[in-house]
Amino acid sequence: MIQLDNVSKRYLTKKALKNVSLQIEPGHIVGLIGSNGSGKSTTLKLISGLIRPTKGTVLIDGTMADRRACRKIAYLSELDAYYSFFTVKQTVDFYEQTFHDFNREKAEEMIDFMKLDRDQKVKNLSKGNRGRLKIVVTLSREAPFILMDEPLSGLDPMVRQSIVKGLISFIDLEKQTIVLTTHELQEIEPLLDTVILIKDGEILDQRRVEDIRSKENLSLVDWMVKKYESFC
Amino acid sequence: MAETFNPSTPIYLQLCERIKNRIIRGEIGIGERLPSVRDLAIDSGVNPNTVQRTYRELEEMGIVEKRRGQGTYVTENTTILDRVRDELKEAHIKAFVHEMREMGYSVSEMLDGLNQYLENIRRERDE
Repeated sequence: MIQLDNVSKRYLTKKALKNVSLQIEPGHIVGLIGSNGSGKSTTLKLISGLIRPTKGTVLIDGTMADRRACRKIAYLSELDAYYSFFTVKQTVDFYEQTFHDFNREKAEEMIDFMKLDRDQKVKNLSKGNRGRLKIVVTLSREAPFILMDEPLSGLDPMVRQSIVKGLISFIDLEKQTIVLTTHELQEIEPLLDTVILIKDGEILDQRRVEDIRSKENLSLVDWMVKKYESFC
Repeated sequence: MAETFNPSTPIYLQLCERIKNRIIRGEIGIGERLPSVRDLAIDSGVNPNTVQRTYRELEEMGIVEKRRGQGTYVTENTTILDRVRDELKEAHIKAFVHEMREMGYSVSEMLDGLNQYLENIRRERDE
């Protein structure tokens, strides 16, 4: 379980998160949603131990999140994070050597599913294929927690579709928990169990998506807009 | 391929309806095995937990049966399936009548219209 207790994060003078407390139960796909600059990426980085809270605690299965949290957490950055002179195959090799929980068989399967060319250099890949490769190396890890920062942003509908399908096909919700941030709500909505809505560094609400539909008769987008407006 | 869902009702209920319709239409036969949770999730582009909930719901209604280690099967109990069929008919008639009422049609107008329509179809088929 992921647990944040009264977590604040300040970058110099800017407050990115203000007293955030939340719990993420295992076996769920959780969407962290909110406008640009609301604190989504900061939250993911705190959970993955890449940055430390200014105040409060972040616990992963009861232990403090720090650099070593990467053993339990596969983190997909919104930035391109690999060596551009590697080929697709070398990138996968590199990840296999770096992470003990890397499942090579799964990676090979996903490369075929995503129709990637193993011998192509990363720097020559299209943006869509770089996005796919990122998904391949992240989901090939059998980590209990998978955090994905904007896995769909800036990609065309076909690529987004293949990533969504890849996600459903290659995760194991009996053993894994997924937290992702996105603006592509309509596409990702059928995938989510729970959403956490964040605005200006504060959690506005945490709800089950099906509850929003059945109790409020709203789609996720409408619900988010309504919540944002009422908290002005 | 990914299906589209009505955004304001729960997806698991919509999936339930779709599966029921496919059973009634005979696309999935009596006693036949439903797709695995994962396959249906991938096919419809939804969370596997949602499909699980759909199957649980259908199981509670007695429409499907889970067999340990084998998967989920459509029931062979025709009484239940007949009931589902009746319910579906009733739901469609109810929606039709409700809409016609909203627009101000009387009961006799509805019946006349329906008879007329069915008569036309019959004649067209005969020709």
